Amino acid sequence: MSSPGRSNGTRSVRRSWRELREAAKRRAPPPLLGKILYLEKLTVSFDGFKALNGLTLYVDPGELRCIIGPNGAGKTTMMDVITGKTRPDEGSAWFGQDVDLLSLTEPEIAQAGIGRKFQKPTVFEFLSVFENLELALAGDKTFWRTLVARLTPAHRERIAEVLHIIGLVAEQGVVAGALSHGQKQWLEIGMLLMQQPELLLVDEPVAGMTPQETERTAELLLSLAGKHTVIVVEHDMDFVRSIAGQVTVLHEGRVLAEGDMDRVQNDPQVIEVYLGA
Amino acid sequence: MSAIAGRLPLSFSDRESLWFLSILAVIAIAVPILNLAVPPSSPLHVSTYVLTLVGKYLCYAMLAIAVDLIWGFCGILSLGHAAFFALGGYAMGMYLMRQIGTRGVYGHPVLPDFMVFLNWTDLPWFWYGFDRFWFAMLMVAVVPAVLAYVFGWLAFRSRVTGVYLSIMTQALSYALMLAFFRNDMGFGGNNGFTDFKDILGFDLQQDTTRSVLLVVTVAALAASYCVCRAIVASRAGRVIRAIRDAESRTRFLGYRVESYKLWVFVFSAVVAGVAGALYVPQVGIINPSEFEPINSIEVVIWVAVGGRGTLFGAAAGAALVNYAKTYFTAALPEVWLYALGAIFVGVTLFLPRGLAGLMPAASRGK
Amino acid sequence: MTLTTSGGQRLLWLLLAACLAALPASAQTPDDEFRAVLAELREASFSDKESIADKLIATSHMSARPVLTALLEDRLFVRSQDQQIFIVSSTEESRTQYELIDPVSLSRAGSAPVDELTKIGTNNRLRRFLRITIARGALANPDPDVRRAAVRELLRSLDASAIELLRQRKTEETDARVLYEIDTALALATLDDGDAAARVAAVQTLSERLSPEVRNRLAALIERNDDGSFAESDEGVRVAAAAAIETIDTARSLYSGVETLFFGLSLGSVLVLVAIGLAITFGVMGVINMAHGELMMLGAYTTYVVQTALPGYIEWSVLIAVPAAFLVAGLAGVLIERTIIRFLYGRPLETLLATFGVSLILQQLVRTVFSANNRSVITPSWMSGTLPINDALSITYNRLYIVIFSLIVFGLLLAVLKRTRLGLDIRAVSQNRAMARAMGIRSEWVDAMTFGLGAGIAGVAGVALSQLTNVGPNLGQSYIIDSFMVVVFGGVGNLWGTLIGGISLGVINKLLEPYAGAVLGKILVLVVLILFIQRRPRGLFPQTGRAAEAA
Repeated sequence: MSSPGRSNGTRSVRRSWRELREAAKRRAPPPLLGKILYLEKLTVSFDGFKALNGLTLYVDPGELRCIIGPNGAGKTTMMDVITGKTRPDEGSAWFGQDVDLLSLTEPEIAQAGIGRKFQKPTVFEFLSVFENLELALAGDKTFWRTLVARLTPAHRERIAEVLHIIGLVAEQGVVAGALSHGQKQWLEIGMLLMQQPELLLVDEPVAGMTPQETERTAELLLSLAGKHTVIVVEHDMDFVRSIAGQVTVLHEGRVLAEGDMDRVQNDPQVIEVYLGA
Repeated sequence: MSAIAGRLPLSFSDRESLWFLSILAVIAIAVPILNLAVPPSSPLHVSTYVLTLVGKYLCYAMLAIAVDLIWGFCGILSLGHAAFFALGGYAMGMYLMRQIGTRGVYGHPVLPDFMVFLNWTDLPWFWYGFDRFWFAMLMVAVVPAVLAYVFGWLAFRSRVTGVYLSIMTQALSYALMLAFFRNDMGFGGNNGFTDFKDILGFDLQQDTTRSVLLVVTVAALAASYCVCRAIVASRAGRVIRAIRDAESRTRFLGYRVESYKLWVFVFSAVVAGVAGALYVPQVGIINPSEFEPINSIEVVIWVAVGGRGTLFGAAAGAALVNYAKTYFTAALPEVWLYALGAIFVGVTLFLPRGLAGLMPAASRGK
Repeated sequence: MTLTTSGGQRLLWLLLAACLAALPASAQTPDDEFRAVLAELREASFSDKESIADKLIATSHMSARPVLTALLEDRLFVRSQDQQIFIVSSTEESRTQYELIDPVSLSRAGSAPVDELTKIGTNNRLRRFLRITIARGALANPDPDVRRAAVRELLRSLDASAIELLRQRKTEETDARVLYEIDTALALATLDDGDAAARVAAVQTLSERLSPEVRNRLAALIERNDDGSFAESDEGVRVAAAAAIETIDTARSLYSGVETLFFGLSLGSVLVLVAIGLAITFGVMGVINMAHGELMMLGAYTTYVVQTALPGYIEWSVLIAVPAAFLVAGLAGVLIERTIIRFLYGRPLETLLATFGVSLILQQLVRTVFSANNRSVITPSWMSGTLPINDALSITYNRLYIVIFSLIVFGLLLAVLKRTRLGLDIRAVSQNRAMARAMGIRSEWVDAMTFGLGAGIAGVAGVALSQLTNVGPNLGQSYIIDSFMVVVFGGVGNLWGTLIGGISLGVINKLLEPYAGAVLGKILVLVVLILFIQRRPRGLFPQTGRAAEAA
């Protein structure tokens, strides 16, 4: 819980991350140096129940990674650990080589470049679509700055761009609470885009979406990969198949199998605990 | 919490602000004129009693705006705002006490009567400087601000939220009340401060002084309304509402929720303190019962009656409920607590958006 | 408090009178004789009164001791209108009417205005004489407790005749506890007139005693007179006395520590009692019931109503009131839940406001029905008085019973939650409402019962409070903040947390009190609590896991 000098920490962390990226561009990274996310031996227990049990996972920059696994496998808890909501009992979590996620708070992690979409769409229901996106805008997010913040033309352009991507141009003045379930999902993805994060965590993006919406979501996520690193948790197997290069199967708080979809689907262990069921 | 807090009208229209400020302007002009220039025989004459009453309601309205900012917009139900109000009042009271000088019962040039009565020989250190108006006014803002800052820093940083925070603010207020009841604290114990003579050399019993105080109160109320409105309309205001409706989502967007809550809390405490400071010279007394937890809860109900998250509704609710209180406690004292109790229950059950929610929904959904 | 003691006394007299009435009426002549001797007191001089006292003892009448005790305590009066002598049960200053007791039969004899009664006076000499005379009679009493009390009475003013009396008694006494007191008295006497060796021995005997009289007497030994000489000439005695004082002080401070702990325990039990109902409504249901205090108030008024309705059963009234208060407050709770709370689930801040409104209505209701004045609730005699452990430590019965009572209530509540069907339903609904409903639990009914249970326990707490504090419309308000603090401190949703939280807050409060004073102590506790909650926002025993996330 305690991390001394947080406010300074954020800034220096962000700077060092940028430096690291620049350094990484100049020279080819050694095998395990080039990852964007390092989760090692993470253990989280609630009242004796181990939600994560020695989870180890690495993600490459620009990758689109799907995480699947039965209920209680630890998918959401893993996201909670990455975004600072839950502190693990053991293990380490690094964002690049320099950002120790376990020593940062949620807002610091967000500022460091990790965005998250929740399983249940959480948008600010009583703000308009436009205002939702405005709040997600990357930039200085301290109280005194936002008190006097004005939208620059560049900001408006960016918002308009995202509105276009998520297909909510016509609804920009509508209170977010009035949107359909699918539209809320899209709005939340839009808010993620506004943050311009290095790493996107997307929890069940297509739950409750129509097939058309699902298809568009798949396209969007695919287009994001490369520029951003995307981690998707999803139950919908067809959707996973349509987007994923790499798939990780979680079971009982640890990685059961990893690889492309075909390999994972033919893994006897996976068939036993998940796909076969 | 967020479920209900969110069900509020959120947007302003400038028309509402205009109406509100116009009404205030009318009060500031009409009431002093009707008091000073119209002869008492005229049916239009406003008595000094009514003048003072209006001043009191205006102070309450300011307190209500402070509570609305923190509760209606930020979702923090503070049950400690009566304490900030009282602290501001005490700071003003200390200035007024020192103005009495040798005109007190014991005629001591420096020590207020109650200290002479307690056989004190020296002025306690924390009374230094209160003979100067500017210093006292500074303290009116600084003392509530510092208390709010320290308490808020501790509470918000450890993510004490919701009812826990309400209970803690209530405990804070209760502890302060117990402390101010003690004679050793140096704030007059049970009796508090009273028998004030003058402010900046003007006699407090004079109608002109009282009229000026009323105008100053209106100005302060209008100013706090405008500042609160500006805060709410800024991007920070939207962040604050975002915090109210989905706190952890706001965190994941990179906002340091604690610091937003803290500054709004501190500002709200300062507004409450200023309201208290204006209240004391008009009603002529301040004592520890102002800290009573029930007072804080009553403020919340003013806001709820008027409509939270609207600012002007909170002010109107304060005036309305207090007018009802004045009327009932004079005419039907037995009925008042039943009525107040029924208001509490009725508003929470049937009127979650308060009276403002009954207004034509011109601005909703904007 | 005053009222309750006199109530107890009256009862004692009644019991005595009842015993006497049961005796055969053959004592006609002794009664008359006694009355005749007694009548002489009216006109007698102080020295005459001594001989009259002797004569009264000589009649060996049952009433002799009560009469002489009354005389000693200035409670023997002559009624102006008929010059009759009466014992007065209590002569408190606040009274305008004294209650009279017939000195022969010891039965009640009505009352009379204060100004129609003339006191039968005494002087120092007579009082000393009476004390010895009464003590002598008491020392012959077959009950060792009476004998012991008599010795202690003598010890307070030792003179030659008293010492002589004690010496005599020592040879006959068989009871160890009485002998212990006699030894104390004789040792004190020895300090005045024994030789140096005897005095040292006496000091050593006294060093095992704890009473303040003994300590003061020993302290006097090592003081200097005005001229600088020691009050005690022998150095050996002085050294022994100094050592003895140290021993006594150590023991006394140990016992006073024990006493403080016990006070803390009893305060803590009260806190547990007032908070535990809240722990149910707040912890299990997430409802902030600001009317909790007023439900306690209803319980306290129920006690008052029970006593008023059954004046003949004062001894039992508190026990009758417990189930009655549970029902009254519980029904009120169910009513509140059905009409208000059920519309507000999941909105704790709203329940706070609405129930605060309910609390105002209940307060005013009580004012309308019972008036705004406090009502006096009588403490049954079995709950008043103290249980003496030794000279330095005695425990008042009402505190002791409160501790036992709250433990019983806690145990019962725990049993209800763990062992009954209702408890199972309550836990199920609180953990997963939807699932519980799917399992066929009528969640609405469970909600009402849970709230009723919490409210009923508040009522039961009110019965206990009626024995400790004024029963008035504001009773609830003075406890509501404390009870919330206990629940928050202990950890919401955890009954054991409430128990430990309440007791530790009580003990901390009482430990602080000697240093900081009662009010400052309370302020300090509040401040410490506020700081504590910042450190541990979910209390001593937080709920963890997914359930806690939802809270």
